[in-house]
Amino acid sequence: MTLRDHAIRYGFIVLLFGLVAYFAIAADGFVSPQSAVFIFQSVAITGVLALGVTATLVVGGFDLSIGSVATSAMMAAAYVMVVLEQNAVVAVVVCLLIGAIVGLINGWLIVYMRVPDLLATLGMMFLLVGLQRIPTEGRSIATGMTMPDGSVANGKFGDAFLALGRHRFDFFIPNLIPVSVVVLLVLAVLIWFFLEYTRFGRMMYAVGSNERAAELAGAPVKAYKIWAYVISGVFASIGGILLAARLGRGDIASGNNLLLDAVAAALIGYAVLGAAKPNAFGTAVGALFVGILLQGLTMMNAPYYTQDFVKGVVLVVALVFTFALSGRGRE
Amino acid sequence: MVGSAVFRVEGLRKSFGQNEVLGGVSLELHAGEVTVLMGANGAGKSTLVKIISGVYERGGGTMSLAGQDFAPNTPAEAIRAGVVTVHQNINDGVVADLDVATNLTLDRLSGSGAPFLFNPARVRREAKAVADRMGLAIDLKARVSDLSLADRQMVAIARALAHQPKVLILDEPTSSLSSAEADRLFALVDRLREQGVAILYISHRMSDIRRLADRIVSMRDGVISGVFDKKPLDYEGAVNAMLGRKIHLDQIVARDSAKAILTIDGLRIAPGARPISLTLGDGEVVAITGLVGVGKTALAETLFGVRRPLAGTMTMNGKPYAPGSAGEAIAAGVFLVAKDRATSGIVGGFNIERNVSLPFLRRMSNLGVLKRRLERATARRQIEELGIVCRSEKDELASLSGGNQQKVMVARWMAQDATLFILDEPFQGVDISARRDIAAKLRASANGRATLLFVTELDEALETADRILVMSEQTIVGAHRNAEVDLDRLLAEVAGGPLHNAA
Repeated sequence: MTLRDHAIRYGFIVLLFGLVAYFAIAADGFVSPQSAVFIFQSVAITGVLALGVTATLVVGGFDLSIGSVATSAMMAAAYVMVVLEQNAVVAVVVCLLIGAIVGLINGWLIVYMRVPDLLATLGMMFLLVGLQRIPTEGRSIATGMTMPDGSVANGKFGDAFLALGRHRFDFFIPNLIPVSVVVLLVLAVLIWFFLEYTRFGRMMYAVGSNERAAELAGAPVKAYKIWAYVISGVFASIGGILLAARLGRGDIASGNNLLLDAVAAALIGYAVLGAAKPNAFGTAVGALFVGILLQGLTMMNAPYYTQDFVKGVVLVVALVFTFALSGRGRE
Repeated sequence: MVGSAVFRVEGLRKSFGQNEVLGGVSLELHAGEVTVLMGANGAGKSTLVKIISGVYERGGGTMSLAGQDFAPNTPAEAIRAGVVTVHQNINDGVVADLDVATNLTLDRLSGSGAPFLFNPARVRREAKAVADRMGLAIDLKARVSDLSLADRQMVAIARALAHQPKVLILDEPTSSLSSAEADRLFALVDRLREQGVAILYISHRMSDIRRLADRIVSMRDGVISGVFDKKPLDYEGAVNAMLGRKIHLDQIVARDSAKAILTIDGLRIAPGARPISLTLGDGEVVAITGLVGVGKTALAETLFGVRRPLAGTMTMNGKPYAPGSAGEAIAAGVFLVAKDRATSGIVGGFNIERNVSLPFLRRMSNLGVLKRRLERATARRQIEELGIVCRSEKDELASLSGGNQQKVMVARWMAQDATLFILDEPFQGVDISARRDIAAKLRASANGRATLLFVTELDEALETADRILVMSEQTIVGAHRNAEVDLDRLLAEVAGGPLHNAA
């Protein structure tokens, strides 16, 4: 392998370690179990969303609706528990159903109505942003809130539900690992195994690389595409459940950054180990990379408004790694 | 009215890298005459057209127009000099979202001297003049996207003719027209011929050629292989010059089959086409040959379940066979190596191993989990079997030569036993040694299945098949056992003479 091949393959991993080393020296308290867990926790929700959008990238599509699916799921969870006074299980089931249904509709629009993927999911994003505000006429949902008809909502978030956002497992140190991090790790391993080791994942890559060849090899291309959007929708709704559990209320103002952070993580993932294609491991590393960067900057007291800029720079550099240097981007 | 040539091309050469596409082409076009250019895929027709129309730079040779040296650097220069080309893809010639009038005058909107403001009244006036000169009866206010293909074609040609060309090149203008629509086009070509335009008409359709040609020029492998201008025109000779044998290889020992595998009865693949009936036998290699656009790929796709027949039945090993999708065909043991591997075969992101296993992932997995060791072993075995030149089964397809890429495609579908193995143009873009390897492999492994090849080049059929069927006008018009083939009759069938000759 030439130097260039090495640079493409390991460049991003080296950059990641370099970043950790730099923050370890420059920022006090960066190297500690608590700090590490905090980073994981901060990337858990975007990471879950990013893994979902990876599935749509694999089939050559894109899903812009993930952020609004997550916030819709969050609002739905709050509505089900606070207004309808149902338990945690019902709330979780409703959220997952919303994710699956939105995914099906996205897939249907793209495959059967032939709406381009970006436009279909962009439309869905606007639709959901509006829809999630209709039941409460634009108010956030919390116990004791006044409903539009003047009644007071007395339900509350179940303890079991809140535990999804707040419980921490012991891991050498008591109360260390939050549930959301465990969910992220489990989903990451699941989707990685699915994409790399099952025939369904393999076929999804084939569909993304050459749809006609996949079809002539006997694959039900339309079904694979729709399934990819369902996976994306369900993962986004899981992200929404974790968000609701962490906040403990249905906050209409939260979740603005989810879409951009998740897409950035998935696209940075293209550059990891020179994959030059969407992949679950890369997406997880991408999410971690963004998390470390932001945590480090925060600990060095960089102003919050520089963070979006830094994220953008990292994304652009990662895309250059993928498309220009490896020369495998297109064709 | 044959005078001296208006347009003359001499010794034109063009290479792309190592690959010489035109090896010294000389051609003359006369005013008021339709010259038909025939050639198989890859013969160099489109390269020639692109050089004449200023898209490509020539590698050598001279061109002259009305005695003047002609060397366009851009398509616009060629048009201004009076050499106008209507390309094959109709939608390249028109802007779908604009109305007919604007399309007809589009070329006056840019370039030096074009007015800054867009004046709809002037555009309509100029467009009307163009339309009248052509005898074009289309509503000038209609949007092009609302027109039929034929009308769009007319608009594209009218737009080209607004420049009052001396030379008009029509590149397969009827390839997407119905016969009634084509008649309108022919009437227009007749009119232009009378007006003294020199026309170069590129086509594969024998019916077009019989209707229009004053001269026929055949092209093969980057050179002119025959010029026919004596009336009556020698159509078979032209087809022979385009497709005929150039090398004599070892004769095939034609085999006969006792046991039928697939029986096709009354299959209709296009409206108005005569039904197809044929039987393919065990161990037999059958080649179907015919010009481009006679329905070879449509028949292959019908057998493979990608396309539905309009009528007719198929029986495979005694059971009815009516696949609804490629997946069902594969499950029934019908495999297809599709035409044009780059767009319909190769998965670019996959290495050899993964390209080979693609159709058989279900059989190579357990509860959905892939058996990677079996996958690798299969790929290694197939690389060995077909003699694919590569470093390992992990090589990317892009690093292989065309011949080896095609071997991977064949290896993919030979990894499992087929009942019916179909190959559509398997030798396209394949060097001679890879072609012989593939053909030998097909013949050696033919027992236990029926093998069906679709090829345009006669050589390929004669080299590989036990039986040769000829297709024309979406149906089978002739059958030959590959032993002492009557080449004259075969060529006449390819050239699509009157049907009583072919039946």
